[in-house]
Amino acid sequence: MIEVSGLTKRYGGTTAVKDLTFTVRPGQVTGFLGPNGAGKSTTLRLILGLHEPTGGTVTVDGRPFRDRPRGLRHVGSLLDAHDVHGGRTAAAHLFALARSNRIPRSRVGEVLREVGLAEVARRRIGGFSLGMKQRLGIAAALLGDPPVLLFDEPLNGLDPGGVKWVRDLFRRLADEGRTVFVSSHLMSEMEHTADQLIVIGRGELIAAESLAEFSARGTRQNVTVGTPAAVVLADLLTAEGAAVRAEGELLTVTGLTAARIGEIALEHRIPLRHLDTRSASLEEAFMELTADSAQYLAGGSR
Amino acid sequence: MTAQLAGELRVTEPRARFRDLAAAEWIKLRSLRSTWIAYGVTALTVIAINVGTAYDTYNHWREQGAADRAAFVRDGIPLQEAFTINAAAIMALALGVLGALMIIGEYATGGIRTTFAAVPARRSVMAAKAVVLTVFTTVFGAFVVGISFGLTQAILGSRGVGVSIGHPGALRVVLASTLLAPVCALAGLALGTVIRQTAPTMVASALVVIVLPTIITDGRHWSAVVGHALPFQAWLRLVTVDPAPTRFPWTTGGAWTVYAVWTLAAAALAIIAVHRRDQ
Repeated sequence: MIEVSGLTKRYGGTTAVKDLTFTVRPGQVTGFLGPNGAGKSTTLRLILGLHEPTGGTVTVDGRPFRDRPRGLRHVGSLLDAHDVHGGRTAAAHLFALARSNRIPRSRVGEVLREVGLAEVARRRIGGFSLGMKQRLGIAAALLGDPPVLLFDEPLNGLDPGGVKWVRDLFRRLADEGRTVFVSSHLMSEMEHTADQLIVIGRGELIAAESLAEFSARGTRQNVTVGTPAAVVLADLLTAEGAAVRAEGELLTVTGLTAARIGEIALEHRIPLRHLDTRSASLEEAFMELTADSAQYLAGGSR
Repeated sequence: MTAQLAGELRVTEPRARFRDLAAAEWIKLRSLRSTWIAYGVTALTVIAINVGTAYDTYNHWREQGAADRAAFVRDGIPLQEAFTINAAAIMALALGVLGALMIIGEYATGGIRTTFAAVPARRSVMAAKAVVLTVFTTVFGAFVVGISFGLTQAILGSRGVGVSIGHPGALRVVLASTLLAPVCALAGLALGTVIRQTAPTMVASALVVIVLPTIITDGRHWSAVVGHALPFQAWLRLVTVDPAPTRFPWTTGGAWTVYAVWTLAAAALAIIAVHRRDQ
């Protein structure tokens, strides 16, 4: 369990994270979402005690992580797959980590097999692809068999098979009762991975809820209506305050529910051939929620 | 996976031991091929400079006058050639950089975050680094100095002017030259930990280890004091068996103290520097 309370971090005059409060619970995969520069990596570093908060507290299983003399049995983490020395072999890198935490050497072989790197254990990390480095980072996170796992953008650089493998792994780790906290800047990655979502933008909390609740937030529900009297109906709906886009006999309506549109059509004896509500996708919900807080917008939309 | 299914996962953890951290740092140091190449090249260079100097003396022996030959041992030249000032300068420079690399390598790659996330007790990690570096470079120094002493005195011996380790001052030359290696390496480690950037650390290390001791002279009292506080000048004092009288003389005890203070201060700085700063 990760408990973040009033967490604030300023670097000079820049506020990276502002008054964040949320809880990441065991037994679930929790997605940590936000646009680039939202403060996700900063938050993960604060959780791991690598950076000192300017204000607020963060604990892992009831204690600040930095109070633990050795970390790997408490929290396994993958912050950046490149945070390794390319001159070492995969096996030597993991052996040094294991040894520092008094983890038996046999565990190195186990985790290398688990992530599918057993074949290249004796090869130097410098020659690894990003996907292989991600697997190595996941292997390092698993070394101590910890109850809490943190991953910063673990799907970057993985091929589709790798993505599927990582999702299954996260699911299994959560089913084993572990706390699994995974950051991403892509909603589509989390859609099939996470049970819970923590969404931040510009360092502030936007949402902390289940994936289902989050998807229901999509305010922009579209209703598609098919009718031979498209022009007449469009005028009626616009008069009711809806926004209507017409394409031949098909109208795309926002601002009215399908039920209300049906009533209006019945009142005016307009036959309908098609009536369908389409919820905004999670991706759209995410874009909409974080639009105000996206730090680096392309084009002149500022 | 050995986790239980239901309820809170229990963490069973053995007691944290310092020697595991030292072992891990030793694994990290020895598992880099560059470690062996860099220390190997340094050793070969230093030994080659010493042996080359002794070989020059051997070659030009017949050109020397009888008086010079007679004064050779009395003037302490066999010990000067056992570990020459050029060899010491190269070794000091290289070891300063190699000591710095022990931590700079982690800052440059980002590996430091992996290290400190695995061991939140950062000061213990740095203490382990300092211990491993000290032991490794002391063994390195003893190896390079021992080989240099043996080879140079064997070469000089064939002209009848080689000395043994029992010769007055010989042991001090060997000891001071050996320990120059860990003193400079720890200074590099401390600078690297504080500065964290590769290029500035290299410059600072070269400055402290070799440039400043060379340009600061004994001309004035203050510059003599500053110069004497630097490890390379301490080495010079220790290997000079019979120093010429100067306005600001100092004792070998003072020079040993400089070694000790640099060792302790560098280790302390490396350990303290990581505690408060964001990593």
